[in-house]
Amino acid sequence: MPVSHAEEGYVTADGRQIGGTLMELKNITLRFGGVVAIKDISFDIRDGEIRAIIGPNGAGKSSMLNVISGFYVPTEGDVYFKKVKRGPMKPYEVARLGIARTFQNIALFDGMSVLDNIMTGRLTMMKSGLLSQALWYGAAAREEYAHREKVERIIDFLEIQNIRKTPVGRLPYGLKKRVELARALAAEPKLLLLDEPMAGMNVEEKEDMSRFILDLNDEFSTTICLIEHDMGVVMDLSDRVVVMDYGRKIGDGTPDEVRNNQDVIDAYLGVAHD
Amino acid sequence: MPEQLLYAMEVTLNGLMAGVMYSLVALGFVLIFKASGVFNYAQGVLALFAALTLVGLKNGQIPFAHVINAIFGTDLHTFGWKLPALLAILLAAGVMVLLAVIIEKLVLKHLVSQAPIILFMATIGLAYFLEGLGDVMWGADIKKLDVGLPQGISETIETLTDRWFGYGFFIDNLDIVATLVAVVLVASLTIFSQYSKQGRALRAVADDHQAALSVGISLRFIWVLVWSIAGFVALVAGIMWGTKSGVQFSLSLIALKALPVLMLGGFTSIPGAIVGGLIIGVGEKLFEFSIGPMVGGATENWFAYVLALLFLVFRPQGLFGEKIIERV
Repeated sequence: MPVSHAEEGYVTADGRQIGGTLMELKNITLRFGGVVAIKDISFDIRDGEIRAIIGPNGAGKSSMLNVISGFYVPTEGDVYFKKVKRGPMKPYEVARLGIARTFQNIALFDGMSVLDNIMTGRLTMMKSGLLSQALWYGAAAREEYAHREKVERIIDFLEIQNIRKTPVGRLPYGLKKRVELARALAAEPKLLLLDEPMAGMNVEEKEDMSRFILDLNDEFSTTICLIEHDMGVVMDLSDRVVVMDYGRKIGDGTPDEVRNNQDVIDAYLGVAHD
Repeated sequence: MPEQLLYAMEVTLNGLMAGVMYSLVALGFVLIFKASGVFNYAQGVLALFAALTLVGLKNGQIPFAHVINAIFGTDLHTFGWKLPALLAILLAAGVMVLLAVIIEKLVLKHLVSQAPIILFMATIGLAYFLEGLGDVMWGADIKKLDVGLPQGISETIETLTDRWFGYGFFIDNLDIVATLVAVVLVASLTIFSQYSKQGRALRAVADDHQAALSVGISLRFIWVLVWSIAGFVALVAGIMWGTKSGVQFSLSLIALKALPVLMLGGFTSIPGAIVGGLIIGVGEKLFEFSIGPMVGGATENWFAYVLALLFLVFRPQGLFGEKIIERV
């Protein structure tokens, strides 16, 4: 069920202006040997929106996110970012384009402090190279200072001031998820990919995380694409939802449209075969 | 001052200098461990290979001369020129960078996100390969290495200490040079890994490959960089050891001496490699001096390992290593 919004964008129910297409995926197919993880899926992500990908276990959601972030190269199909076709790219090259991500199983640098972890998010933005750092200490120090300021803002925003010097390995799960989000934010991404940002959290932590996602979309107007299991959370958060099942796209639209889609209901609740 | 005390002081000084030589080898290990969480078994062989290449280049030896002669029935040995020491060192450093690129292309690239033990096995393979390559390329005979470093007993120190204490210390000039080189090397490496952009990237890569990729770090660039630096450090260690005891294949065994140094200092700390080396150097010499005669000597062969074992019991992460944190 295609959504017909004008190319120049649309206005959400809560009055936010959504822009044109930021990322477009055209006929993406991903195969691992004989296994088809994603089958001919197309959808787009608009500038400024919160886009969700949902689906039952093994539907291919994470694979989809890995295609967007460059960890997988699609077998068929094209990825367009800012209307430019993206060739096969390494994950670090995709990151440098301004696409940041978090991982389902948390990938942080356990030996480093929270602050250092978040600072790594800004590595690609640091200009001074090896030589200039050695020869021109002042400039490098000034640059470091500017980056620190940005990072401190993010730390304030995510309310993790009190743990900034703690080694990440010591933190509980919920906070680790938050630090990972902070590191992704530090890169000032055009597109932020969140792989199950609320998996394994209790109700309170889920509420916090939802608030952060809404706020950062609002304040930094970051475009967000997230994968989530929890239907309730997704429906409240997102502007538009893609529903996947067995590697196919079975629904695409606003939460209300998706909720009333018969295929989606069947996939989630099961359907009687007779 | 009593004779015994003066003698002990001289032994300590000599121990410190010997420790610096161990540290030079240990440094290479720390660098690679920091960037990939892997114990690079090939580090000792890297030093040997660097020293062999340096001697070969300096003496204008034709690489693979044996193979060429065997196949074509020729009798080639040298190009017939001798390169100045500095040029030969620069060229050898270039060869080590090239080697780093090749290692990354042929070995490491294919092992992204593999467990450290897999990478460790790869370095074992690499060690034997490089040892063989060094043999085929430059020949297996013991070679003299002289890049113009001062050698022999330092007379200045002997006369000075003789004037102060009435007892002349015997200190090798080469050891003094090695100490100065080590200080410069450690200072620059510490600054590099603590304060530079690449240093931070390097620590990130060591911790988590996926996460490093997701913040835009190129694993391949960091690996080439790290192996180049490790190759350069190996070259420095190779020059020092080669000058001291000749370039021979037992040079690759100095890697074993670096192990206890790393256990003491911590696998991830550059200053740790130095302090660990010094402690082992001094401990070894003093132990031999004080206890050695009682147990029939030759304690230098095992003292370092026993000390390292003790450390493993009481402080497994070493003196300066990162504390092992795990939430249960």
